[in-house]
Amino acid sequence: MLSLNFPSLRRFKNFEFILGILLVGGIAAAILLSGWLFPGGGSDINLAMRLLPPMAESAYPLGTDPLGRDLLARVVIGGEISLKVGVYSALGAVMIGIVMGLVSGYYGGIIDMLVMRFADVQLALPFILLAITFIAVIGGGLTNMIILLIISQWVQYARLVRGSVLSLKDREFILSAQAIGVRDVRILFQHLLPNLIGPVIVLMTLNVANNILLESSLTFLGLGVDPSVPSWGGMLAEGRTYLQTAWWVSVFPGLAILLTVLGLNLLGDWLRDTLDPTGRTSL
Amino acid sequence: MAKFLFYRLLQAVFVVLAVTLIVSFAIRLTGDPAVMLAQGAGSITEADLERIREALGLNQPFIAQYLDFLRGLLVGDLGRSFMGGTQVSDLVGRALPATLALAFASLFVSIAVSIPLGIKAAVSRGRWPDQLIRVLSLIGLSFPNFWLAIMLVLLFSITFNLLPPSGMEGWSSFVMPAATMGIILTATNVRLVRTTMLDTLRSQYVMVARAKGLSNTVVLYKHALRNCSIPLITYFGLQFGGLLGGIVVVERVFNWPGLGTLAFEAVAARDYPVLQGVITVLSLLIITINLLVDIAYGLVDPRVRKD
Repeated sequence: MLSLNFPSLRRFKNFEFILGILLVGGIAAAILLSGWLFPGGGSDINLAMRLLPPMAESAYPLGTDPLGRDLLARVVIGGEISLKVGVYSALGAVMIGIVMGLVSGYYGGIIDMLVMRFADVQLALPFILLAITFIAVIGGGLTNMIILLIISQWVQYARLVRGSVLSLKDREFILSAQAIGVRDVRILFQHLLPNLIGPVIVLMTLNVANNILLESSLTFLGLGVDPSVPSWGGMLAEGRTYLQTAWWVSVFPGLAILLTVLGLNLLGDWLRDTLDPTGRTSL
Repeated sequence: MAKFLFYRLLQAVFVVLAVTLIVSFAIRLTGDPAVMLAQGAGSITEADLERIREALGLNQPFIAQYLDFLRGLLVGDLGRSFMGGTQVSDLVGRALPATLALAFASLFVSIAVSIPLGIKAAVSRGRWPDQLIRVLSLIGLSFPNFWLAIMLVLLFSITFNLLPPSGMEGWSSFVMPAATMGIILTATNVRLVRTTMLDTLRSQYVMVARAKGLSNTVVLYKHALRNCSIPLITYFGLQFGGLLGGIVVVERVFNWPGLGTLAFEAVAARDYPVLQGVITVLSLLIITINLLVDIAYGLVDPRVRKD
């Protein structure tokens, strides 16, 4: 694992790290194994068993939804959408952001100006508003949502990387690499990148958490993924109608979001102490 | 200072242009507004559609239409709704106070809670109150705002029947919406207060105040807090964008008659001029607040102006 390379292994007992790993690892494992854990896919409709409270039947530990489907199976399977959106969009944004940040920091000029102005715009326009506009126009769905998240988030990484490049590019090891004629691509990706990746990883962990929150909000509002696919936001939108009579339909999907995001935030916080002691990503 | 002001204003104008351009472009992707406007009007001929396009200026190129929109924006004209032709500025004007009231109530809750908690965390740095506050703040950061809202309704409206579950009538209807956004904002703000306070507590004037024998409360809340207030106000100001984004979602749960509800009604009815108006006004609000915060900061702290 990553942490073996760091002197902070001594802090292994750190409460944040253990709880974070347990939450994220446990939830991710359950989601990845869901095909095997719940062969029915949580889609078996059984109207005779509709809206059963938790623990009423041993087959349904979290109860059933308005169509008599197993809530536990649906909560676990529904996590797949959230994890996909969270991870893919963060990966996409990080790749674009690193390249743009390296180029804009190292060369400056017009690309640098564009990145910084784009950052101004992004700061002024909350993602949720941008998403509402575009999704109302081009439609929701998994791919569109991931693309929107990438468009709105790569700038954060570009700014972070740019700042680090600016502080590193006049250091001796870069100057000597330039002096012996190392090609620019190599300087960017082999000399600069490893020295600035720590804060980027921290930001990425926190962004996955944030993306899961954004995805579930949009789906809850009916602007995200197709309602027929089980997802946490979609289940919450559905469960709200039954809030008076069946609290469990609204409680468990939300709890799943909370625990996943909390796990990622705990890991992000721990990673920040480990990889980014100067606190570039703290505010 | 004049140079800083000029540069900062120029930047704000650029952002306004970019944001309105993005939104107008997105809205234009929706297809022909003339067809949408004519929906439900019975049989419509191509000649009728042409007349509508003429009347709305839709036969102009996109850039000309965008300039028209900007010209309208300068005099507060945001166009007309597709539904009944009401002025968008009237609809937005009616919804804006509800959203702003909720925003300020949430900010108030969050500031009232996060300042004492953040100071407590900073003073007991590394010991259990600090750790506890840190964990609580991480939990607060992890709440989906709409789910927190639903849980508050479940608890206080359905189970205990104490507060109204939706609408905006009387002070009691403010409690849950403001608490929802307030809790989530507090989670971030506690950390900001703690960090800023830790820096301040190391400074010499705090030592002097302590050496004079002033009480702990006076040192913390009078001397230290006042000196923290400038960075804190900046952070609180910069949060406004995120806060409004969150309120848009939370309004939906509480049926709050604000801009978020208006935006979603517009989405459902495909009433794009209204959607464009809401997003333009919200963005202008955020840009203006960021601008004011930056200028205020530049006035107070000369170091900022040099950037």
